[in-house]
Amino acid sequence: MAGILVMAETRRGELRDVTLELIAAGRELKAAAGDRLVVAVAAADPSAFAAALGADGVDEVLAVTTPTEHFEPHVAQQALEALIAAERPALVLLAHSIDSLGFGPAVAARRNLGFASDVTALAWDDGPVAVRGAYGDKLRAELDFPGKDCTLLMLRAGSFPSTTRTGEAAPVRAVDVALEDARSAHVAFREPEGGDVDIAQAKFVLAIGRGVGDDAGKVAEFERLAERWGATLAVSRPLVDAGWVSAARQVGQSGKTVKPAVYVALGISGAVQHLAGMRTADTIIAVNTDPEAPIFGVAHYGAAADLFEVAEALQQQLG
Amino acid sequence: MKIVVPVKSVAVLDDEPEIVGGVAVDPDALDRDLNEWDAFSLEEALLLREAAGEGEVVVVTVGDADADEALLACLAKGADRGLRVWDDALEGADALAVAYVLAAAVEREAPDLVLCGVQSSDAVNGATGVALAGYLDLPRAAVVAGIEHDAASGAVTVRRELEGGLVELVRVGLPALLTVQTGGNEPRYANLRALKQAREKPREQRSLAELGLDAGAVAATTGSRVRALAVPERGAGAEMLGGSADDVARRIVEIVGERVS
Repeated sequence: MAGILVMAETRRGELRDVTLELIAAGRELKAAAGDRLVVAVAAADPSAFAAALGADGVDEVLAVTTPTEHFEPHVAQQALEALIAAERPALVLLAHSIDSLGFGPAVAARRNLGFASDVTALAWDDGPVAVRGAYGDKLRAELDFPGKDCTLLMLRAGSFPSTTRTGEAAPVRAVDVALEDARSAHVAFREPEGGDVDIAQAKFVLAIGRGVGDDAGKVAEFERLAERWGATLAVSRPLVDAGWVSAARQVGQSGKTVKPAVYVALGISGAVQHLAGMRTADTIIAVNTDPEAPIFGVAHYGAAADLFEVAEALQQQLG
Repeated sequence: MKIVVPVKSVAVLDDEPEIVGGVAVDPDALDRDLNEWDAFSLEEALLLREAAGEGEVVVVTVGDADADEALLACLAKGADRGLRVWDDALEGADALAVAYVLAAAVEREAPDLVLCGVQSSDAVNGATGVALAGYLDLPRAAVVAGIEHDAASGAVTVRRELEGGLVELVRVGLPALLTVQTGGNEPRYANLRALKQAREKPREQRSLAELGLDAGAVAATTGSRVRALAVPERGAGAEMLGGSADDVARRIVEIVGERVS
């Protein structure tokens, strides 16, 4: 059992950016883990990703051809199980993403692997060591995996630096895997309403959260504030759940990851899922009534104040 | 339609917990509650049963006696029956070990559908449900918010919520396991009368041995060991802006102005 296997993530024919973070994270441990780093891609046309996967430290791309055009968890599970059996890696890295959540834990369970998800930092101490939150991220846990020959870790997007592509295609090896049929059928993708807004590209984001209360009319006021200020409006999950704002504007683990020059958070307490999507913004300014809110742990500037009073004062300032 | 809903009585941590031996939290610093995600998976189960006009919703939990309250809350909301599995050997069990125990409990129920929450608010692994699908070798879809059941074809069509608001519609034949995201429905509240009546509903307790499980085998499925637990060092933290709302707004406009041209 040696080496690192990274499972690439693709959607609709494109490599998802988080894959480059997995490669960068794997590269840090490569020397300790047996000096081998391979990236597996399971897709209808896997060799199409060879160029996108050409990055420093990648020894080989393992190509598994799937019978399904789109992600299917049972197919992905079998592909990864077969790759682990054939390649015998010491460490498998997956994204802690919505697709990978559909098969990563099943592979770990079925093959009795070491396992941790939502991992935010890695180390090696005679075997992998994973850091993640505990008790809703209030505590920090360090995990090890005694007695396990192989450990599968799911890494939180945005927690590891990305890597740049070399521009050269990595060597590809086709891996023939006997795959059973898919057990679920893709029907359709639906674009989010308001999907023309790309908050991930915004330089200045004004984000609002649960603190705006349960009044849809308030959201419209903050929309006007954002427009007046030249900011792009974003929200935390509760406002999407309440049906007031399109999911296209959601920042966080189940939304988008943003990295603007300035992120102003009004009435956002800073749940771990939200912080995952914005903590790398250059400057974070947070206003929240609760001075103990976790958002102040990542913010550069904060104010423990009534957000409606501050919003009104902002409107006046901006004229 | 028979639906099993695995639920968790989650730990809610005090603001200043004491850490014992560097790897565990003093139990006195913990409160308990029904996991937020499980309120949504249970609601989906109740809606499906109501739409079908027949069926049974069974809630299952792996937890000590303190988990009874969460189980009763589910019965009060409308679940038909509850099962709690516990053995002192399960103290501190991780997601894979809990899934292994759940697999034995769910298997003997032989349900059409298993509905789990996507994750628990305390451990935030997002792993137990799909590990359970792995042990039971069930078709599954993860992170769904919205389930339509087509009784004629024996399949469900689900809305998967992908990153960035993209939605994928997926069709899965039954039996299957789904993990349910928050926000897809409005979990009902139980009134006092329902809470009282919940105590009259059938509730079983089973040990590992009664499920045919061996504590050693359960321990062997554990995926990780906590080697250190600590209160994270907070960075320098935010520079707090004081003064009136006007003062705060003025400073914020200045800071933004310096960085966004």
